[in-house]
Amino acid sequence: MSRYLLKRILMMVLTLWIIVTLTFSLMHMIPGDPFASESDQLPEQILLNLRAKYNLDEPLPMQYLLYLKSLVMLDLGPSIKSETRGVNDMIKDGFGSSALIGLQAIAVALFFGLLFGTIAALNRNTWIDYAAMVLAVLGIAVPSFIMAPLLINYLAIKWPLFPVATLTSWKHSVLPSLALAFGPLAIITRYMRTSMIDVMNQNYIRTAEAKGIPTFLIVVKHGIRNAILPIVTFMGPLIAGLLTGTFVVEKIFAVPGIGKYFVDGIFNRDYPVILGTTVFYSAILVLIIFLIDLAYMFIDPRIKLSSRGR
Amino acid sequence: MADHLLQVENLRVHFKTYGGEVQAVRGVTFHVDRGETLAVVGESGCGKSVTAQAIMGLIPNPPGRIVDGQIRFDGKVITGMSKKELLSVRGAEIGMVFQDPMTALNPTMKVGAQIVEGFVRTQQVSKEEARKKAMEMLRLVGIPDPEKRVDQYPHEFSGGMRQRVVIAIALANNPKLVIADEPTTALDVTIQAQILDLLRELQEKQQLSIVMITHDLGVVAEIAHRAVVMYAGIVVETGKVEDIFANPKHPYTWGLMRSLPRIDGVEKERLVPIEGTPPDLFHPPKGCPFAPRCQFAMEICEQQMPEASTFTEGHQAACWLHDPRAPKLEELVAAGRQT
Repeated sequence: MSRYLLKRILMMVLTLWIIVTLTFSLMHMIPGDPFASESDQLPEQILLNLRAKYNLDEPLPMQYLLYLKSLVMLDLGPSIKSETRGVNDMIKDGFGSSALIGLQAIAVALFFGLLFGTIAALNRNTWIDYAAMVLAVLGIAVPSFIMAPLLINYLAIKWPLFPVATLTSWKHSVLPSLALAFGPLAIITRYMRTSMIDVMNQNYIRTAEAKGIPTFLIVVKHGIRNAILPIVTFMGPLIAGLLTGTFVVEKIFAVPGIGKYFVDGIFNRDYPVILGTTVFYSAILVLIIFLIDLAYMFIDPRIKLSSRGR
Repeated sequence: MADHLLQVENLRVHFKTYGGEVQAVRGVTFHVDRGETLAVVGESGCGKSVTAQAIMGLIPNPPGRIVDGQIRFDGKVITGMSKKELLSVRGAEIGMVFQDPMTALNPTMKVGAQIVEGFVRTQQVSKEEARKKAMEMLRLVGIPDPEKRVDQYPHEFSGGMRQRVVIAIALANNPKLVIADEPTTALDVTIQAQILDLLRELQEKQQLSIVMITHDLGVVAEIAHRAVVMYAGIVVETGKVEDIFANPKHPYTWGLMRSLPRIDGVEKERLVPIEGTPPDLFHPPKGCPFAPRCQFAMEICEQQMPEASTFTEGHQAACWLHDPRAPKLEELVAAGRQT
């Protein structure tokens, strides 16, 4: 077990290194540079000095090594566009909001997705099933940037239950969380339905029936735990994506999350910000996938994690 | 009549499918006495497993439904019971052993918990007692080292061991009757013998009644007191195992016997298969369903279902050959038909 953990952690570091390298090279392939918009107004010498300050006058391999060096010390560097705040500060500011909304969205999507999927599976080919599936198709088909204005229109303006935008209290986080939750909720519902139908046709469910266990308990004790496995698989990317924020929804609700910094960073060729947010997102993704692999072991005892084999 | 533990009377079960309604069981009558093992024999699709499911109240509805007939167990009529009433019969009074032990156990639940799940529900015992009971059951079905085994998962058991667990599940609530649906079919031959020995031993120890559903006449000879031979959803012959093996009366049973390899045969004998296939149960024939495959079929066989003729006590066969008006068997053989 400890050997497995060590191996996994090494793999995670290796993965992150590859991501940093790829992002670094791709980023420098796009034309333009951080000072493109100022270059006509500022004197030559100032521009040179600015470049020197951010090490942009060094050859690329040198810049790469310098970035790796600061990364090892967990310093994501300064932001070129912001005078006062480094990338670490930006992430610190933004991640809290993004994570709060993301976590709530995950909770809503998981709870209702599993519930609706199970109910649909148990009432297969009845109107309940069809209703759940229509809802699921809608959830997948309607993007969050349509969902968000609809939610604002009905739950904030016509029926003023929640505030429209910004994030100053928990109440403010409800609408963006809901807008984010719909897509994943729909996907989870569909997966859970398929998975549950499959499980309920298994022989061990018949064994449980033959023991005289009522249907509700069979679903709870034998059905859900077995049906949930395929869902756990795609929870990794989903959670990472929701935690680190989605730009569109954050923009609509004026939530000060990470997504905004990332997109602004790309527009401004703010190299440290692009790299920093990408590395941060990747680190979270890699970590969550690792945690999910660990979770597998608890859900399905047949899965043994070990460094041997393969 | 009243002291039969299980009495199945004129049971009819139909399944609705896209192709029409399948008449899987078409008027089956038999009984099981206390402490007795009854074998239900027949080829695939003859309705034996459906009969077992009907007794457990496990016919999936829809598409299946009990159209007619009655099942009485220990004085109570099971057919027509509500779902809730059935829960107190299933597991508690009738246990079931399934065919494929590799899939009959929940892979994510500890073996001990699965064994006592039904027991805990009916007896309201503490965790400690439940664990003790699980270990006791494991010991009863001959699994060594129950202290360790009770906390293991099914994938840590071999096929034969899993079937022992399935048997332990069926017995955990001290049922009066165990229905075993082809319990040895999915196992190696050596393990088959062990499981049959175990069932026989448990039956004697616990005064169990067993309904053994099988297509294997070897299993019948090994374990059963009486047998019911089913064909195309009806019972063609029933009687004590000795009578059926020594003196079969129905042409289908003859066919089954002749398709068995014999170890004591003096001369080399070719196994004789039964030619043809069972009838289509979407449109079952109105006469004897075996007539199209029968060497001795007469005109009447195609027209009308034969009544059961009784030979010795409890030995019955439904065949026109045993009608007093029918030609003697010897005459038919002389006329060129082979047995």
